[in-house]
Amino acid sequence: MTAPTAEVEDASANWAKARAGVGDKIFAGTALAAGCVILAALAGVFIFLAIKGASGFTKPAEVYGPHAESFLGYVVPLLIGTFTASIIALIIAVPLAFGIALVISHYAPRWVAAPVAYVIDLLAAVPSVVYGLWGAFFLAKQLVPMHVWLHENLGPIPLVGNLFGEPNPAGRSVLTAGIVLAIMILPIITAITREVFSRTPRLHEEAALALGATRWEMVRMTVFPYARSGMVSAVMLGLGRALGETMAVTMVLSVGFDLSWNIIATSSPTSIAANIALKYKERSADLLNVLVATGLVLFLMTFLVNFIARWIVGRSERRMAR
Amino acid sequence: MAKSIDISDVNIYYGDFLAVEGVNMTIRAGAVTAFIGPSGCGKSTFLRSLNRMHEVIPGARVEGKIVVDGQDLYEPGVDPVAVRRQVGMVFQRPNPFPTMSIYDNVLAGLRLNAGKMKKSAADEIVEKSLRGANLWNEVKDRLNKPGMGLSGGQQQRLCIARAIAVEPQVLLMDEPCSALDPISTSAIEDLIHELKNEFTIVIVTHNMQQAARVSDDTGFFNLKATGEPGHLVEFNPTKKMFANPDDPATEAYISGRFG
Repeated sequence: MTAPTAEVEDASANWAKARAGVGDKIFAGTALAAGCVILAALAGVFIFLAIKGASGFTKPAEVYGPHAESFLGYVVPLLIGTFTASIIALIIAVPLAFGIALVISHYAPRWVAAPVAYVIDLLAAVPSVVYGLWGAFFLAKQLVPMHVWLHENLGPIPLVGNLFGEPNPAGRSVLTAGIVLAIMILPIITAITREVFSRTPRLHEEAALALGATRWEMVRMTVFPYARSGMVSAVMLGLGRALGETMAVTMVLSVGFDLSWNIIATSSPTSIAANIALKYKERSADLLNVLVATGLVLFLMTFLVNFIARWIVGRSERRMAR
Repeated sequence: MAKSIDISDVNIYYGDFLAVEGVNMTIRAGAVTAFIGPSGCGKSTFLRSLNRMHEVIPGARVEGKIVVDGQDLYEPGVDPVAVRRQVGMVFQRPNPFPTMSIYDNVLAGLRLNAGKMKKSAADEIVEKSLRGANLWNEVKDRLNKPGMGLSGGQQQRLCIARAIAVEPQVLLMDEPCSALDPISTSAIEDLIHELKNEFTIVIVTHNMQQAARVSDDTGFFNLKATGEPGHLVEFNPTKKMFANPDDPATEAYISGRFG
């Protein structure tokens, strides 16, 4: 009889004590620390760029030469180069990635979907130098006929034709760089969208099917609305990678400073990141400041693009929540 | 509008696993038929085979005949999408489309079938369907608010409105009240009584009193033994089923003396 009584007393003692504390505290602390580290790292990068780059905005004209005289003249072609290549990459990669993700998550039988998903993930593991080599020495040559075709067939069309001027004889154009970038950002966009597509609640999908929706109608009614925020995140991550990519662009593109709409031109402005990779070894202290300043511009532009995209997604969600 | 369903020698498989065996019954038009039975006895599987929804699970297939309005649903060449437009379904948990307003939720099925329609016609259908689901008075002032903002019982009635908006011949309900409180349950049961004038209704329920309250006919499903397929033990008018069942197993289950 004594033993059970003791147990009861123990139990009531435990009632009063806060039993769980330790594990919870460790977890909460770790999570908070991780969050702070990310913010601190971001702030650190920004401060470094701002301090080191500040003087880069206002150097004497010869530092920016030979193609430019001011910082603005130096950075604008690079910005245009960066965004042109990245936008081409997105235009190619996003529909493809969404399509592949949808096939894997909703169309293909499991024995096809699993290996395909695995292979796509493998693409992400290939170092960017390898993509650069492949793009410069193999793909560019293969794309020469396409450049010629684009110039001959789309060149005469007003407006659109401006994009397809005199083609690069070696195929090493912004278009080629964009295609290589597209292949590089494909896996990350596919992997994330596949994951959010497959998380669509079964209940919603069945609701659509039970109303007599075909598979595609079901996808449009339930999968896309549910996954929209994740799809934007995926595109933003892909865009981030494309904007910051150095090696592939450095190796594929034949660099110049001619500003034109021609995306298959002989020489086009390179991207900010590729420019830094090309020039930082020259390392006159002045030029280094300028390079860091261009890095700061890229950082802020990426931030801005992300912010706008988030705002657009948030706006449609807020409208629904009202 | 309402059509009867003739079911003969239906076996339902998941891959090689026989889930439900040898079901024969006739579900009367314009009546409520309830399926009762213990969990895992295949009554939900069988219900879902009536609009080919079980095919969502890979490997699921059906042998036998399920005939609605003279058409065998499992004849080769019959499109499951077309079947589901004739045989609507309401699920266990309310599932309005989360990104759509109340208005758009009601029209979701129609927009699939009919494409574009006039605003006035659409308004009319929304009102008719919501009235049909006893929800109109509660939501008429906030049709453009999201469907997810409603209470559970209201969401379930919204799902019923969405299902009847396409004017199916048959309405299947898979434990429609199991996630709802007693008041919402009572509202849905009243609604089922009204709907049976227009639709053939088949309902799966775990609640025996509910089966007794709402249905005209009742089917009792059970497992022959653990690991064996489920089968239909008895199918009779509800009054007879609950007062004087043919099968001792039915009586044991209904009176709570199970096994």
